[in-house]
Amino acid sequence: MTETAALAIEGLHKSFDGLEVLKGIDLEVREHEVVCVIGASGSGKSTLLRCINLLEPVNAGRVLIEGEEITARGVDVNRIRQHVGIVFQAFNLFPHMTVLRNVTLGPIEALGTTKGEAHALATELLERFGLVDKRDDYPDRLSGGQQQRVAIVRALAMKPDVMLLDEVTSALDPELVAEVLNVIRELAAGGMTMVIATHEMGFARDIAHRVCFLDEGVILEEGVPEQIFSSPRQERTQRFLQSIIDAGRM
Amino acid sequence: MIGGQAPGEFEGLPGGGSTPPTGDRGSKILAPLKAEGAGGVAIAVVSTVVVFGLIAFAVLTSSGWPAIKELFFDPTIFWDSLSKIMEKFSRNVFIFVVAEVFVLILALILAVMRSLRGPVFTPLRILAAAYTDLFRAVPTILVILLLGFGAPALQIKGVPHSDIFWAIVALVLVYSAYVAEVYRAGIQSVHPSQVASARALGLSRGKTMRFVVVPQAVRRVLPPLLNDFIGLQKDSALVGVLGYQEALRQAQITSAAEFDFTPYVALALVYIVITIPEARFVDWLVARDQRRRQAAGGV
Repeated sequence: MTETAALAIEGLHKSFDGLEVLKGIDLEVREHEVVCVIGASGSGKSTLLRCINLLEPVNAGRVLIEGEEITARGVDVNRIRQHVGIVFQAFNLFPHMTVLRNVTLGPIEALGTTKGEAHALATELLERFGLVDKRDDYPDRLSGGQQQRVAIVRALAMKPDVMLLDEVTSALDPELVAEVLNVIRELAAGGMTMVIATHEMGFARDIAHRVCFLDEGVILEEGVPEQIFSSPRQERTQRFLQSIIDAGRM
Repeated sequence: MIGGQAPGEFEGLPGGGSTPPTGDRGSKILAPLKAEGAGGVAIAVVSTVVVFGLIAFAVLTSSGWPAIKELFFDPTIFWDSLSKIMEKFSRNVFIFVVAEVFVLILALILAVMRSLRGPVFTPLRILAAAYTDLFRAVPTILVILLLGFGAPALQIKGVPHSDIFWAIVALVLVYSAYVAEVYRAGIQSVHPSQVASARALGLSRGKTMRFVVVPQAVRRVLPPLLNDFIGLQKDSALVGVLGYQEALRQAQITSAAEFDFTPYVALALVYIVITIPEARFVDWLVARDQRRRQAAGGV
């Protein structure tokens, strides 16, 4: 590699109470690249994403963002997280704040942006994703799809270098999935660097530059979507994809 | 640090961590009537009148009633003693209002101290836990006696001699221990995913507490906070043990002078009358918060 990777993971290990969830992950993501991580429930997808912005402390290995090792001692985690946006399966909006406040809290309180600037940026983003009329609503009033789009906007308002999306459509009613996926497509088209853990295989095939199949804590197979979905080399990948096809999800 | 949690713990169902507490569920005694229609309402009215009428009849015609009326419900003594009691009750109001302000602040500090994660904060956690253990265990009246008589007896320069000062300090110390536990329950009821998403935005621990955890916690514990406020209100009467002339002392004096218990009844009524609006106020606060969160935007 000549240029610095947007995100580099080297030999990442993570255990919970002796149970090893990640057993040595190596992954490089280039700038503007979209990497989809697929795999069965419990394979470690969520944990991997949570380690990347240090929501989970890692046991061994290194994570580098734009060449800076964030797993090193003495690194200011708050500053690192400001550059790495994460969107959760369960939206996790702040229920006691309006949509606008949800989106501006990070910029104002973590980045020190002025109120006026933060509001302007939030309004611009909400407008872009068709949510501007919801800006004074509380999250309880919104549909799941709208809440998740607000959560994406909340992460974008921090102007992150990398976005991590953790099964962002898994908690949605089927008819609401498309609106969220379209937002992500738009982000990809805009050149956002993303790591996406997903069960939406069609979507992954469509949007990913590269797909990683995570199995029992290791990346068992990775490649371009064409190769992974059409001619997977590993038997376990074949079985996983077959089970998705059998469930009628691909 | 958030570490050490099982990976699945943050991934509660959507809204799992944000379900609004339904504060006034079951508090509306008359609500079931709505579904009953006119017939049901009529039955409710008749049965209520009959039951309460029978109770009143039984009490008023019992052989002991004239004596009870004279000793507990003498109208002349009631009105005469009430004005004196009300005058002294203003002192109680001063005591519990001032104490409550400090209780709410000190208790929040204690609860936050105890909720801090990380090995560095171990001494603070121990301190907060020890404080709660200590002041929740000791009888309030004992703390009032100890400080009210003990602290001035030290005769140290700069230490106030006022009994009322030390009485308020004692009430603040005791009630902060209770209220800290109420706050702590509220803080713990905020789903860890809320903390995770605040930290993910790059907010520090302190700001996560301030903007995300505490505001949600306080909203949830408003009804139990009121409980403790009412307790404090009532315990302001304990200050009388220092010889301080507050409302209960006044009732006692009038009662002794008149050979009659009506002044006590009058004071009891004063407590009841001020407590009921407080309860309705908190119900209203909880309902308003819920309405606001579920109402369309634009205000």
